[in-house]
Amino acid sequence: MIITRRRLVEAAGLGAAAALLPTRMRAQATAPLTRVIPSSGERMPAVGLGTWITFNVGEDPALQAECTQVMAAFFAAGGRMIDSSPMYGSSQAVVGRGLERLGHPETLFAADKVWTSAPANGAVQIEQSRRLWGVKSFDLLQVHNLLTWEAHLDTLFAMKAAGRLRYVGITTSEGRRHDLLEQIMRGHPLDFVQLTYNPVDREPEQRLLPLAAERGIAVIVNRPFRQGELTERLDGEPLPGWAGEIGATSWAELILKFILSHPAVTVAIPATTRVDHVRENVAAAGGDLPDRSMAERIAAHIGAL
Amino acid sequence: MSEWWSYRLEDFLLFAPRVYWRLIEAQNAALWPLHVASVGAGLAIVLLVARRPQNAMPWTGLVLAAVWAFVGWSFLLNRYAAINWAILYIAPAFFLQSALLAIAAVLPRGLTIDGRAAGGRTGLLVALAGLLLYPCLPLVSGHPWTSAEVFGIAPDPTAIVTLGLLLAARGPLLAVLLPIPLFWCLFSGLTLLAMDEVEAWLLLATAAFVPILVLVGRRRPQT
Repeated sequence: MIITRRRLVEAAGLGAAAALLPTRMRAQATAPLTRVIPSSGERMPAVGLGTWITFNVGEDPALQAECTQVMAAFFAAGGRMIDSSPMYGSSQAVVGRGLERLGHPETLFAADKVWTSAPANGAVQIEQSRRLWGVKSFDLLQVHNLLTWEAHLDTLFAMKAAGRLRYVGITTSEGRRHDLLEQIMRGHPLDFVQLTYNPVDREPEQRLLPLAAERGIAVIVNRPFRQGELTERLDGEPLPGWAGEIGATSWAELILKFILSHPAVTVAIPATTRVDHVRENVAAAGGDLPDRSMAERIAAHIGAL
Repeated sequence: MSEWWSYRLEDFLLFAPRVYWRLIEAQNAALWPLHVASVGAGLAIVLLVARRPQNAMPWTGLVLAAVWAFVGWSFLLNRYAAINWAILYIAPAFFLQSALLAIAAVLPRGLTIDGRAAGGRTGLLVALAGLLLYPCLPLVSGHPWTSAEVFGIAPDPTAIVTLGLLLAARGPLLAVLLPIPLFWCLFSGLTLLAMDEVEAWLLLATAAFVPILVLVGRRRPQT
């Protein structure tokens, strides 16, 4: 039986995707671009799935089903990393329900965060998050927005040493506290760092991305579209003809290709509520990526619009 | 919070606008036709305050106490808290407001309400707007009628009607009854402003003008 991506996604809506998923995995036609996690050598598809706002749909069954369809399309396209946080409202629970309906895909790379100002609450919160996801353990846990980072890093490194966690990371967003982030990157054996980077937020190119490459730290890029603001601003503007040279057919693809063209970037995690967008996002990691001169051209063009 | 100046209002919004409006729709669908009873009760107390102010308490206090507890439980805790963790910390304030209103209802001379006083007429207009005009906002906002917000069912018109009736009130308990509905108007107004919704301005205007009207009313001699 040949299972197409379309069929898998349709099945997710009917609650039958769980049975179809393993077959679909084998039916994957083209493997997405992967990047190496420096600390382990593990390869990771370069486009992940963020859940900030988009997966915070509460108990709404129709919107939960929509999220499950997005997850099904994401896995069908070869995606692996889903990133969430206890700060994201109901997102963790919605991810958990989606995973349950999809039969807990083995390819999942579960990335979550610890976000509490009380050091003693870190372990309790992590356990609550794990239950909401319905996973045995997380692949990656990150200190969310550097909150109480020293104590939580101790907790995460202890979990890793005990074999209960594979990777440790730390996050920031929208360019905040990059000085402190750099200091932590220099002083601690992080596996991952998460930050905001896109054609109009390029400050990480100055120090953080080169430092990540030098220290062997994988980089997760959040807010690639500035929470939709960037793609909304570009909506209606004609895509430049030269975008076709790297196979970009939309602004979202062009932006993702820009981000992934930086060699220090490991995974970009756009968030979306639409199946067609998740396909488009993963597709951006296929085909050609811009070289540095083309990347500069993309940034200059988008910055001028 | 570090670098607080770099945060925008939208940065604190945890959910998409459509998710919020679907919450209101779900609340309406689950509770219909309770709306008829809640608006009817609201109109009854407005009429009482306007026509028979000497009989306005305890009924006004008891009706308002009931709707604050009901909205706190049915909407804030049962629905809104799922998408906004801050609501878990705010919902107790609705129950506190309910308790304070109940105390005001039964405590002799704790609160007297007179819709015929100068500030009272303005207050009744605010309350009537909350009861009758607020549910009509979908006409302006373009949201479906199924997401209309109704007194006693949704928190925003409940806070506006309460503040309108409190504008017609005097007494030692007035000072403790105003902060929570004012805070809610500010909180919800800012949330809706982050969502770029027209309702935001009504709530923010209420939060801004009610304290001024209360102060102006205090300076005027009672009629």
